[in-house]
Formats: sequence, structure tokens, C-alpha cells
Amino acid sequence: MIQDSSRRRLLFGGAMVGAGALLAACTSNEQGPSTAQTKGPEGDNANAAPGKAVTIGFSAPAADHGWMAAITNNAKAQAAAYSDVTFNSVEAGADAAAQRAALDTLISQKPDAIVMLPHDGKELTASGLKAMQAGIPVINLDRAFTQALAYRVMIKGDNYGMGVSAGNFVVAQMKAKGITNPVIGEIAGIDSLELTQQRSQGFKDALATAGFTVANRRAAEFTIDTGQREATNLLQALPKIDALWNHDDDQGVGVLAAVQQANRSEFIMVGGAGSKAAIEAIQADNSVLKATVTYSPSMASSAISLARLVAQGRGLADLVELSVPKDITLASETITKENAANYLQLGF
Amino acid sequence: MKATTADPGTRPAISKDGDGLRRWWSSEGNEFAGRNLALIGVLVVLVVLGVLTRPDLYSDPEWVRNNIFTILQQASAIGVVTVGMTFVIIGGGIDLSVGAIMALAGVWATTVATQSFGAGGMIFTAIAVGVGTGLVNGLLISYGRLVPFIATLAMMVAARGLAASISGKQTQISGDATINGIASTEILGVPLLVIILVLVVAAGWVLLNRTTFGRRTVAVGGNPEAARLAGINVKRHTLLLYALSGLCCGIGALMLTAQANSAQAAMANLYELDAIAAAIIGGTLLSGGRGTIVGALFGVLVFSTITNLFAINNLTTESQNMIKGGIIVAAVLIQQFRFGSLTKLFSRRP
Repeated sequence: MIQDSSRRRLLFGGAMVGAGALLAACTSNEQGPSTAQTKGPEGDNANAAPGKAVTIGFSAPAADHGWMAAITNNAKAQAAAYSDVTFNSVEAGADAAAQRAALDTLISQKPDAIVMLPHDGKELTASGLKAMQAGIPVINLDRAFTQALAYRVMIKGDNYGMGVSAGNFVVAQMKAKGITNPVIGEIAGIDSLELTQQRSQGFKDALATAGFTVANRRAAEFTIDTGQREATNLLQALPKIDALWNHDDDQGVGVLAAVQQANRSEFIMVGGAGSKAAIEAIQADNSVLKATVTYSPSMASSAISLARLVAQGRGLADLVELSVPKDITLASETITKENAANYLQLGF
Repeated sequence: MKATTADPGTRPAISKDGDGLRRWWSSEGNEFAGRNLALIGVLVVLVVLGVLTRPDLYSDPEWVRNNIFTILQQASAIGVVTVGMTFVIIGGGIDLSVGAIMALAGVWATTVATQSFGAGGMIFTAIAVGVGTGLVNGLLISYGRLVPFIATLAMMVAARGLAASISGKQTQISGDATINGIASTEILGVPLLVIILVLVVAAGWVLLNRTTFGRRTVAVGGNPEAARLAGINVKRHTLLLYALSGLCCGIGALMLTAQANSAQAAMANLYELDAIAAAIIGGTLLSGGRGTIVGALFGVLVFSTITNLFAINNLTTESQNMIKGGIIVAAVLIQQFRFGSLTKLFSRRP
């Protein structure tokens, strides 16, 4: 009986593995990093000339989100573009504790600089301090540490600015259409994250300049199915809408599906982050999506470039300063049908 | 609440005399009345709250019809998965991997579709991945003798990892019009997703209450040793239960993929907890041996109705989650105490 069942198990296991391999074989899915997200050494860039050979350590959360995947891919590709950079990436694991452990390993290897996108800036500030005290300059990517001592350079996106850009676009569109009292919806990201609160605040503030308010705000979870669910409920709550802002283009795939399923087209929608699919939809101009505000993962490539310059003791070629500035905040640009072609290459 | 291995298939038929009616009301005679009345009551309260807070919306019959179907559509994918989960729990197990299996099935189906295998290829892949992973769960538990909690926890982590790897951590947009169309198709005015949900629930009810498979599930969950002595192949039956749960995940994954026009490794997050909660508040005993499919459906409907109620009143997610927790506790308490005594009241002889 036992022999029989174990033989059966073996046969069955073999069959499962075989079936899995067969399915995998027809499922190749190469996701190469977008070349336009990185900047190769070009002739007119004084900083591009090879300098001292440096090792750059890198750590970002292993999230299954398109934006985060682009962050890691971009950093890798940017490092590969320099002949004088050795790239040493450590998996950040599932939470702050795992990332802290990975960073300890990285710090003990003494790289010339570390680029770190923390799970949460507050939780990883101690790791930044530790690296800085060990003499390794830290480039804090996107999620801010709480202490200035914990990093040499901070480069981040502008979450508040995203909200402002989205709000300004909505205000301009409503004015152009002569709508004085618009019904405005908002599909936010994960509500407990500071970045979501900043985005919503920026949106609210920009709308307030025209006396507009948000009629209904649903928080999703940055995933497609939650985007679809929350958008469906929001559309149900507001039988007529004039404008809708969705914080994240990844969950926006679900939001647009919900809009289409509800047969609604009376409003304009603004996206967030600038995914390739969203930029293409704006360019095609056949859905409610009329614009998206950028929060580009190209900042990871810039972070690698900054890390290299800091490690080599160089400054930014276009600035008068001899060394790299401490804080850099990207601007959140608005992508519309008119300028979509310029941004398509930056879509992730 | 006492665990019972009573065979629902051999339950005495409702007779025409008053005794039969009383049995219908009592929890032993008919699961529907006692356990589900509480949930129907909760649903009614939620709808009344909706009407009271947004009379402007509820005064439009067209909107009301849309809203009913919205709630049902939002409940459809999780409802299908909950049917599978209910079988697993009645059979004495637990399946923590349903959300991850849905993500894996959805991602695998959409990546295959991008290579133009079409709708048929997507449906086959999603079902095959669902049943396949379910069988792996079942094999680990029944023949590998792993505790269900551990085996399905391992599958939960592994399936999400595999889904992330297959999808390249990117949202996989489904370009297949047939699959995407499932979400907007209506048959005789009823959305196809709702029809699928009703069919799965009906099939689940028949399977549990009117077949040998259902009787064996109750027996295996109630007392595996007694079931084995009674000649039931407990290991094989356990294997089939997890495969059934996997099948439901495959179907659910297709429904979710159709709704979102895409799939990604992060989708169906925490569906395992929603499905378990719905099954439990629907009257399924977590220790196995007893449960109802219709109750589980009501459990799912309560959740999607709360979400809807909060959305039409523009209330935040935090308050929604707190109230959701309260409702889980309240529904179970009401079933245990109030309706326990109420059914006694109804079944008391004059």
C-alpha cells in the first residue's frame, strides 16, 4: 500500500514537472530594460569619461510591481553602461528586516557607494547611518530617510507634485470646457503609505485653487484587480463624473477596464507614473485617459550615475558646484496627447 | 454548535405535517434557515443603510438594477473560490494558497495568450495551472503527510514567486477580446460573471448535498479515522478536495483576468483570508465536518455589499476594514447565540 502510493506519487510528480516544463516552454517572457531609461556615455558629457574604477552596491525591495521592476532593471542597465562601474546588487527580500540584513552583508563588502531604495525610509534610516559611518556614501533613492546624516545624496520623485500636476490638468480642462462645478473622483494607491497621502494632498490643494473638491475617493492597492474593484464602486457611486485621477498606471489597467465595462465615457481621466501602456493609450486617444503625470523609474539610472560621481569625487558637469548636490527632487511632468511621443521611450 | 458527521444526503425529507416545517426552521433539519437567516438579515440591514444614506441614488430603478449586478459581479470571482474553500474546510483542511494560485493561473494564462494561443489556450492554461497546483497541494497533504496549513502556506509563497518570475514583475495585459468580453457580456440582461457564479454555486451545492462525493467530504472532515474504517479512501478524497479548490481558483483567475483585462503576480491579494472568512461566517465549521455552500455565498455577498455601501457614501478604507472585522464577529456571534435560541424557539412543540 505504502509502496504503491509512493510510486504513484513519483509518477504523478514527474508528470506535473513535465507539464510545468511544457507550459513554461511556450511562455518565454523577456523583459529587457528599456534603453531610453538609461544614459550611455556620450561624447558631449564631460562626466562620461572613464574615471577611477568603482563598485556600487544596490538594494531595492523585490516587489512584483511594474514600477519597482523597472527601478531594478534601470539601475542594472545604467551600471552596465559605464566601463568603470562594478554593480553589486543584493536582494532586499520581503520586508524591512530582510533588507536590513541584506544591507549589513553589503556594507561588510565595502563598496565605494550604495544606492538604496528602502522598503520604508523610516525603518531603514539606521542602515543608512551605519553605511555612512563605515565611510560608504549612501544614495537614498525615492523613499526618504529621516536623518540627513544617513545619506550623502537623496534623489526622489515628487509625490505631492504629482497630485499638483494632476490637479492642474483637471482644473485647466474643466475651465476649457466651461464646467464650473465639476464632479471629481480619485482612485488612490495604498492609503497607509505616506506617498499616497502626499499625492492626495497635492491633488486637493491644486483643485482648491479653482474652488473644486473631490466628490469620492477610493483607495486601491496598486494592483489591477483592486483598481478594477474600486473604480467599479466609484463609478457606481457617481452616476456622472467630469474628471477622475488614478494615482498609478499599473492599477490603471484595471481602472480603465472598469470604465469600459461600465460603458462610461462622459469624463476625462488622468493617470499616474507614466507606464508605456498608459502613454500609448493617451497617444491613441480612444479612451477616457487623456493625460498621465510622471513619476519615472528612470530615477534609478540617475541614482547610479550620481553614485558613480560621488565615489569618483566628481561633480555634476553642468553645475558650478565641485561636488554632487545633496538633494534632488524630480519634477512631475504632465504627459498629454501633444507630447506623448517624447515620453513614450521613458514608459516602463 | 456541535460538530456532526450526519449525512446531509440522507436527511429526512420535509413532510407535509407541521413537524417537517419545524425541522425546516431548525438548524438540524435545514441548514438554510438557522444559519443563513442571520446573514440575510445583515444583507437587508446593509441595503437599508444604503437606501437611507443615498436616497437620491436608490430612487433610480435603473441604478438599483446596475448596483445589484455590480455587487454580484464584485462577488463573483471570490465567490467561486470560496466554494472550493468551503469544500476543503468541510473536509477538515485549509487552503492558504488560493490567492497565489489565482495570480499564477492568471499570469500564466495571459503570458500564453500574448503568444496568440487565444481564448481557448488561456482557459485551458488557467484551469490546468489551477488543478495542477491544487493536486500538488493535495499530494503534499495526503501522501506527503504535511499539515494543510504548512503545505498550502508553502504553495502560497512559491506560486507568487513563480507568478512574479513568469510575468517579469510586469502587468500582463490580455489582448484577447473573448476573455476580456466575459466581464461585459450579458445573457438575457444578466452579466455572464454572475451566471458563472450561480452555476458554480449550484454545482457546489449539488456536489455537497446530493452526491457520494459530498457525503464523503463531510465524513472525512468530521472523523477521518471513522471515514477510513467505513471504507472511504481518505487520502484520495483529500487529494481531490484540493484539486477541486485549485479548479475553482483557475475559474476565478479567468474571471478576475477578464474583469481587469490583465493579470499580475500581485493580484487576488489576501483572497485566502476573504474566502476563509466568508466560508466561516456562512456556517462552515473551521474544524471540518460541516458547512454550507449557500451560507458561504451569503458570506461573500455581505463583504461585497459592505464595500459597495462604503463606496457610495465615500467612506475610507480604514473604517471599512474595521467594520468588516466587526461584521465577521457579529455574524458568527448571532449565529451561535441568537439564532441558536431562535431556532429552538421555532422548533419548540406547541
